[in-house]
Amino acid sequence: MTIAIKGPEISRRGMLAGLGGMSFCLAFGADGVNLLSEAQASTGAHQIGSWVRIAPNGTITILSAGAEMGQGSMTSLPLILAEEMDADWAKVVIEWAPADKANYGYIIGGNRMMWIVGSRAVMLYYDQLRTAGAQVRKVLLTNAAETWGVDAASLKTEPSVVVHPASGRRMSYGEIAASGKVPATLPAVAANELKKKSEFRLIGKSVPRRDIPSKVNGTAQYAMDVKVPGMVYASTLHSPVHNTAPDTWNDAEIKAMAGVIGTVKLANGVAVVADRFERAKAGRDTLKVAWKKGKAEGFNSEQALAQDYAKIHNDPAAQKTTIDSKGDADAAFAGAAKVYKAEYRSDFGYHAQMEPLNAVARFNDAGDKVEIWEGSQAPDVSRAAVAKALGFKEEQVDFHQCYMGGGFGRRTMGDYAAEAALVAREVRRPVKLLWTREEDVAQGMLRPQAFQCLEAALDGSGKVVGWRHCVVGDGGGLLHTGIKPIYYAIPNQFIERRGISHGIKLKHWRAVGHVFNVFAIEAFVDQMAVDQGMDPLEFRLQRMSLTPKARKCFETVAQMCDWKAKRPEGRALGLSVSERSGSLGAGVAEISLDRASGKVKVHKVWVAIDGGTIVQPAAAKANIESGIIYGLSSVLHERATVKDGVVEQSNFHDYTVMRMSDLPEEMHVSFVEADTRPTGLGEIGNPFIAGAVANAFHKLTGKRLYHMPFTPERVLATLKA
Amino acid sequence: MVSFTLNDRSVSVDADPNTPLLWVIRDHIGLTGTKYGCGVALCGACTVHVDGAATRSCSTDLASVAGKKVVTIEGLSPNSSHPLQKAWIAEQVPQCGYCQSGQIMQAAELLAQIPKPTRTQIVAHMDGNICRCGTYHRIIAAVERASREG
Repeated sequence: MTIAIKGPEISRRGMLAGLGGMSFCLAFGADGVNLLSEAQASTGAHQIGSWVRIAPNGTITILSAGAEMGQGSMTSLPLILAEEMDADWAKVVIEWAPADKANYGYIIGGNRMMWIVGSRAVMLYYDQLRTAGAQVRKVLLTNAAETWGVDAASLKTEPSVVVHPASGRRMSYGEIAASGKVPATLPAVAANELKKKSEFRLIGKSVPRRDIPSKVNGTAQYAMDVKVPGMVYASTLHSPVHNTAPDTWNDAEIKAMAGVIGTVKLANGVAVVADRFERAKAGRDTLKVAWKKGKAEGFNSEQALAQDYAKIHNDPAAQKTTIDSKGDADAAFAGAAKVYKAEYRSDFGYHAQMEPLNAVARFNDAGDKVEIWEGSQAPDVSRAAVAKALGFKEEQVDFHQCYMGGGFGRRTMGDYAAEAALVAREVRRPVKLLWTREEDVAQGMLRPQAFQCLEAALDGSGKVVGWRHCVVGDGGGLLHTGIKPIYYAIPNQFIERRGISHGIKLKHWRAVGHVFNVFAIEAFVDQMAVDQGMDPLEFRLQRMSLTPKARKCFETVAQMCDWKAKRPEGRALGLSVSERSGSLGAGVAEISLDRASGKVKVHKVWVAIDGGTIVQPAAAKANIESGIIYGLSSVLHERATVKDGVVEQSNFHDYTVMRMSDLPEEMHVSFVEADTRPTGLGEIGNPFIAGAVANAFHKLTGKRLYHMPFTPERVLATLKA
Repeated sequence: MVSFTLNDRSVSVDADPNTPLLWVIRDHIGLTGTKYGCGVALCGACTVHVDGAATRSCSTDLASVAGKKVVTIEGLSPNSSHPLQKAWIAEQVPQCGYCQSGQIMQAAELLAQIPKPTRTQIVAHMDGNICRCGTYHRIIAAVERASREG
């Protein structure tokens, strides 16, 4: 039995002919997402797809460029457009936008991208989608005004209906679309023509996520579920030492196995192709590969973190990058009344998205076009990666987006899609290439491990006036996200990164460097507060130059958790804060400790977040809850280690993640009132939690945790120290 | 050839008897709601019912289900009408959604055994199912809702 591929149809301008209704296409402009008429689009040099389509039956199809990995932006992005268009949400159908960054990308730093990373989707598409929606509404109003012979300014809209209040006449969007015209040049929309917050019908009001019904009955389509006629299966064995080429392997033995169609040499692995996945995997499990030497050969992560990084920190000749230099940090330290210094460490982390990496590739008969099915956070990058691997132009790659069974920063490179394409070309059949969980763990890519040294200078009044933070590790820019404590507005600071390269595959991981940098910053601030004999909240309010946003979040979370109230015996609170992608969150954790086993139990978590305008409060809250759990999992359990160049963990028995029995009894998420633009929410939930737990641990025990994760072994060692 | 009942339908599969049931269901038969997560019964994404018992299909040989009744997420109800599926939507449980077929099948076994479970019983029963998006609170709320609303 073959299941038909049921991914959302990708609309193309050419496919719209004869459908009737009105199509609003996408402009190719320098300033982001703009609509233009189909007539205008067809005169352009680019094949431009429809962005919004109103059918005579009233159905409104809106494309979503929000890759969906559980965060909900597949629903939120079209909703923003529907809001300004005043569409009846029940009549809106969502389809994926094509992997075409030139037309569907947002603009960041002058580049167009479709990467759904760094909590960007709503934040970066918001203004452009609102404007686009307002343009569509204007066109509908103009059409109705012409039909009725009235002034467009005398008309109003209700969801999917244009109304003429003076006469009581009404015309639905579908009726207008049946005979309406989209002008060659779409009307401009000024900022003051957009809806006021009080006029919102959808933004700020939670609607059910559109992907959820398909996720309770097994019909949601992940790349894992795609099946095309004649498809065969590939299972890979990558080099245990990362990025190492295969030299020789027992090819004849593998090819003699049942169902095996062939083997394919990859840059850093071998793929076994068979008629069934279980047979491909049996072949993969039987592979005996002699690997060439790799850079990571002999690398020992525990030794690097325990010893080498501190040496690099103390080495004047180390490779250094200044991340931020403000005021005169040296002078602040020279004139300080009191200085503090502390060191922190954090282990490698693995994404552990529930869907092991996979992709499907199918070539046309001529072999000059390939279709890819993948769940990707960056369909534009995947498409380019596949093209590059094949020596194709991007136009030769047709990319089909799928739901992602988790992303967390791993799925932005298209590496496994490129592998699928190479294998499919080699075996001349459609291929589903699927990494085993063991491959997924062993190949990472990993969140960097890091060493941190923090120093602070307090002036005569006890205010924090000087700050130094050095992060050491491998991973370049991955190491320093979240390292600038902008919410503390310290006048003199010097922040640097000192690098080394181990040859291990490293990657973004839900807020990346925030995880260890914010842990270090917040644990350090707590340490100073306690040493100064102050309540950690009061210390932050009085001794740090808090931004108004941070002050508001701290005050709100203090109220939420009743910060000053006495806790039950054996319980303690810890306070922390972080920023991410423009959002700010102050959080508190209430913990207890089993002193015999060393197990930390987190009972309650409160977090107050300024995320600007919250487009979908219920989905946003779920996203924050997810971040808290993801963060706690990392803080309490997760560690990947590398020995002799090889990742030591292989599955969920030795890379342990949070399960239901470890769940806090309560999580309270609150968004502070803000009228500003939306900022990122996908990653604001996890970075603060390490500091909150570590600080609560100190409150409870008088001891400091300096190494993340806080495993029972480390906790016991800390208690004994 | 191994024969068993899948979602109230008789099926016969011509595959190695050692083939994991997971791949039989997904690839040989073509029902893809049951997911591969770890392959070694550590995560629960592949959970199906075998004669009513929640079973990790990734670690169950085809031969072992001969003559038995296997139910997958697709067979739990017509039209997503099982109380758990309705509750899952009402509580907006899924995020990435990948683990949720397994979560629902695991929870369905619980409600079949204990119609009104306590929170402790829910947690004990569901602890083998990993949700990396951390929807655990909502899973508990949905199981409680399904138990309440039936």
